[in-house]
Amino acid sequence: MTTLAAAPAAARAWRTLRTSRTAVLGLAVVAVHVVIAVLAPLLTSYDPIANDPAQALLGPSPEHWAGTDQYGRDVLARVLYGGRYALGVSVAATVLTVALGTVIGCAAALRGGLFDDVLGRVLDAVLSVPSVLALLVVVTALGTGPAVIVLAVAVVYVPQVVRVVRGAALAVVPADYVTAARARGEGTWSILRREILPNITDVVYVEFAMRASWVVLLISSLSFLGFGADPPTPDWGLMVAENRTAITVVPMASLAPIIALATLVVGLNLAADGLSKAWGVDRIREGS
Amino acid sequence: MLSFLARRIAAALGTLFLSSVLVFLAVQALPGDVATQVLGKDATPDAVAALRGQLGLDRPAWERYADWIAGATHGDFGTSLVSSRPVGGEVSSYLGNSALIALVTVLFAVTGSVVLGILAGLYRDRWPDHVISTAALVGMSVPEFVVATVLVLCFSVALPWFPAVVLYGPDATVGQLLPAVWLPALALAVVMAAYIVRMTRTSVIDVMAGEFVTTARLKGLSTWRVVTRHALPSALLPTLHVIALNVAWLAGGVAVVENVFNYPGIGKLMLSSVQNRDLPVIQAIALISAVVYVVCNLAADLGAMALNPRLRTRGRTR
Repeated sequence: MTTLAAAPAAARAWRTLRTSRTAVLGLAVVAVHVVIAVLAPLLTSYDPIANDPAQALLGPSPEHWAGTDQYGRDVLARVLYGGRYALGVSVAATVLTVALGTVIGCAAALRGGLFDDVLGRVLDAVLSVPSVLALLVVVTALGTGPAVIVLAVAVVYVPQVVRVVRGAALAVVPADYVTAARARGEGTWSILRREILPNITDVVYVEFAMRASWVVLLISSLSFLGFGADPPTPDWGLMVAENRTAITVVPMASLAPIIALATLVVGLNLAADGLSKAWGVDRIREGS
Repeated sequence: MLSFLARRIAAALGTLFLSSVLVFLAVQALPGDVATQVLGKDATPDAVAALRGQLGLDRPAWERYADWIAGATHGDFGTSLVSSRPVGGEVSSYLGNSALIALVTVLFAVTGSVVLGILAGLYRDRWPDHVISTAALVGMSVPEFVVATVLVLCFSVALPWFPAVVLYGPDATVGQLLPAVWLPALALAVVMAAYIVRMTRTSVIDVMAGEFVTTARLKGLSTWRVVTRHALPSALLPTLHVIALNVAWLAGGVAVVENVFNYPGIGKLMLSSVQNRDLPVIQAIALISAVVYVVCNLAADLGAMALNPRLRTRGRTR
């Protein structure tokens, strides 16, 4: 049970994708979002942050497909560029959260005893504070900015990832090959990396896809509340907050970012559903 | 069973103690203490030091923590820096308004989603399941502020049935707030229901495949009786925890939705107190939310115990 070699892993991933239409659909939607975010400058000739008061609050037209907002900025351009902030910050936050949570969760399962008990209690205490409040406190203490948001999301979500990963790792810890590794005198880190981790990759991947969908939602909510992306930045949550007041005049300006946000999260959720079904990971139960 | 109960309650109290310490430490970490907040940025260091002494801020942290907790257990959370009113009274008037939303939300979300989840589970892979599962997927994929905005567009703008914003302050009566409760509650219920529907569906499918259900069927019981008497009690067991977690989640979820509707509830107070650095109010809200979380979890565990006799003798739940 050493680390999976690259070739079998790729073959296995391919098999999974061939059997799960849901996963393919979800990953395809996410891929489209990534491509749009990367190629945004090629897809629109408008500057997402350039004001043009003469063109303010226009409905959809051949020049502005999704209309313009109160500052005369092209809504479509802002939606296309908006994926950059949403995807960039979310991916960074999710990677950090899942990586930290996996290491801590595995360590808790492996060490057990007092360490596990104390950790469990502390995590429970962190979980008991509403995530929005915890996030707001971190952002207020450290100031806004993408790096702080990434850190704040990690603070809020690491405890939940730890719980899931710890549960999965506990099933592996009693296995004979772990006992054998212990008997060989291998260190915690080495057992964790070579014996435990390869056997819970499924859970970690599903957790990643699922967590990513929540992180996107949380970050967009934060932007909507005015604690996330700073105003001229094109961001979907921020756009909804800005254009909501003019919703009767230009409904498209609010609907376009909503559609972008919803399709991205539906894509992530479909991917998580598909992968968990294909690998037999109980996603819904893991989520609680 | 009694010892299990005692252990469970002791664990809950332990968690609560730890969260109160965490909350206290986190708020201490916020830049600027109460003295600098009150006197403003231009205050002389002497004045700040004098006020610190007056407020007892120069004492060690553990002493202040003990004071705060001792006060909190009597409902005394100090004085708000913004309104200069006692925090306890201020928070409780906002909390009451939020409780109204929470009550309506939980009522709608729990009954609706359990029924839908059971339907989806029983009609697995047929059209009712496809419709319900797709709706649940969409429900969990849109943030609360989006649901709220769409609801405003539909039921305040297109069809002017409900108010889009609340114009009353925290001291509004239930009668004044009642017309404004439905849209925020619906927005929260949609998001909350999505998770409960999925959980209920999965556990109904699991249970219906169980041997005891097959036995009940073979005994010749009607489908209705098999489902209601044999399958549901076991199927709802795991759902209970998801419901409890979601009720606890409401404490944070209201922050966004109340802001959309300008509803004078705890979520709006939370946001404005963070914006104004009203530290005593932040501490109080965080502590109250922690109590809600712990109580919900405890209630779910006790509920699970009532439904599942095996849990009553098992020592540890985790």
